[in-house]
Amino acid sequence: MTTPTPPALEVKNVSLSFKGVKAIADLSFQVEAREICALIGPNGAGKSSLLNILNGVYVPDSGEIIFEGEHFRRMEPLEAARRGIGRGFQNNALFSGMSVVDNVITGLSRHSRLTLVEEMFRLPRARHEERRFRERAHEVLHLFGLDRHAATIVGTLPYGVQKKVELARAIVAEPRMVLLDEPLAGMNAAEKQEIAAVIARLNRELHLTIVLIEHDIGIVLELAHHVVVLDYGRKLADGPPETIRDNPDVIAAYLGTERAEIAA
Amino acid sequence: MSMFPETLIGGLLAGTMYSLVAIGFVLIYKASGVFNYAQGSILLFAALTFVSLTDQGVPALVAIAITIALLVLMAIAIEKLLLRPLTNRSPMTLFMATLGLSYLVEAVAQGIMGSQVRALDLGIDDLPVFVGDIMISQFDLIAAGVALALGIGLSLLFNRTRIGIQLRGVADDTRAALSLGIDINRIWQIVWAVAGIVGLVAGLLWGARQGVQFSLSLVVLKALPVLIIGGFTSIAGAIVGGLIVGAGESLAETYLGPFLGGGITPWFAYALALVFLFVRPAGLFGERQIERV
Repeated sequence: MTTPTPPALEVKNVSLSFKGVKAIADLSFQVEAREICALIGPNGAGKSSLLNILNGVYVPDSGEIIFEGEHFRRMEPLEAARRGIGRGFQNNALFSGMSVVDNVITGLSRHSRLTLVEEMFRLPRARHEERRFRERAHEVLHLFGLDRHAATIVGTLPYGVQKKVELARAIVAEPRMVLLDEPLAGMNAAEKQEIAAVIARLNRELHLTIVLIEHDIGIVLELAHHVVVLDYGRKLADGPPETIRDNPDVIAAYLGTERAEIAA
Repeated sequence: MSMFPETLIGGLLAGTMYSLVAIGFVLIYKASGVFNYAQGSILLFAALTFVSLTDQGVPALVAIAITIALLVLMAIAIEKLLLRPLTNRSPMTLFMATLGLSYLVEAVAQGIMGSQVRALDLGIDDLPVFVGDIMISQFDLIAAGVALALGIGLSLLFNRTRIGIQLRGVADDTRAALSLGIDINRIWQIVWAVAGIVGLVAGLLWGARQGVQFSLSLVVLKALPVLIIGGFTSIAGAIVGGLIVGAGESLAETYLGPFLGGGITPWFAYALALVFLFVRPAGLFGERQIERV
């Protein structure tokens, strides 16, 4: 899948180490606009570290990130959010004591145009914005079929539902790109299919560029347009799912015995 | 027969003064996960600034406005110079930084405004009023009203406005809050400024009671048992904790005092807090797990 438009994201010669241990070594790849790019690889391959670099939690030792044509030596988390990079975390990072709808509203923070005084004294503009945000949050909850949970405290919901809430919070602000760290982890097969369908739909209908980490190879091959395989912080393979499935390096390093299942 | 209700009510009202101090801690603990040792110095600084201004003939309302402006500036400076460089450091590092901050604030405040005891007159007569045959201190009544109003106002701020939602987000998961575009630095500035203003209110009321001087900063030590009992993360907890400590001290002094030879007030709150640490370490309203990443 080659497009004439410039890539949404380019990772260029990025390296990262923790106290001398290389987590990511001279990694380069591109993510096209509007594609679903899956990062796969064994545990410790550097996948989560990479997402953390992309939204500014970690600072790379070297290399650069080019997001929508702008070059960054490092991202700041706030800057990343403001530029429209959404993020979902590996273990839910929801605000567990808050209601579902309040959680989703926090996702709209980057769109707020209020001054402190307006907010504190709930001046007309503040009330207007609050109403708008609340409506928008309910729209997105509807999209995810979460309407009936809107007022529920997030921490009391089952894990699968929480994952959906997190996804809703990550996309409510209409990001340009969203980074998802194992959005299907800990779910049963039916839930996985459901969330995968939601992700595919977000990509298709909202033209959202999505970078995700996932271990379920079956779903990755089904969902992704583009797969990047990492192993010990290096890039092992990079291409459309069909070529990844047949790449001998990948089979050796990662797919291993699962190869048979996929072929079947 | 009015001794019990009188002791209880007097204790409860005095307890709200503890609550006021504790609320300042809760705000900052919630937002930046640090036990702000400097809260007492900030309280002293606020009261001292107010007294110095009114001593110069500045009208009380103007003095309050100037003091608040200084507290807001101080909050911004603390966030920029102290919290931001120490982001993601351990809570112990942050605690040590606030310890240093407390000495700095105290020294600067006393260096500029002097260390002698100043009388602070809020114009509230400390005459007792009688409800039936129960005697209640008018000053305590007003102080309790102020504490209650402040508690309700802050609860509304944090539960009803988006700043509040963002603050709770920051408190719950800083990393996730950042990824959503919540400006943590701004939230910190707001919270430290609000805690400073709470400190001003507490400083004025305590200052009117004790006189404004160095020892005013030591009221933080009374806030500690209140926080342990009420929980570090809840404004409601701070209020209830204050009431329990106030009522407990007052009742213990009256009813246990004769058997133990008096002098119970100074230690009673700490003994009570110790019991809570054994039975309910998170406090009455606290979140069970106090841990931050």
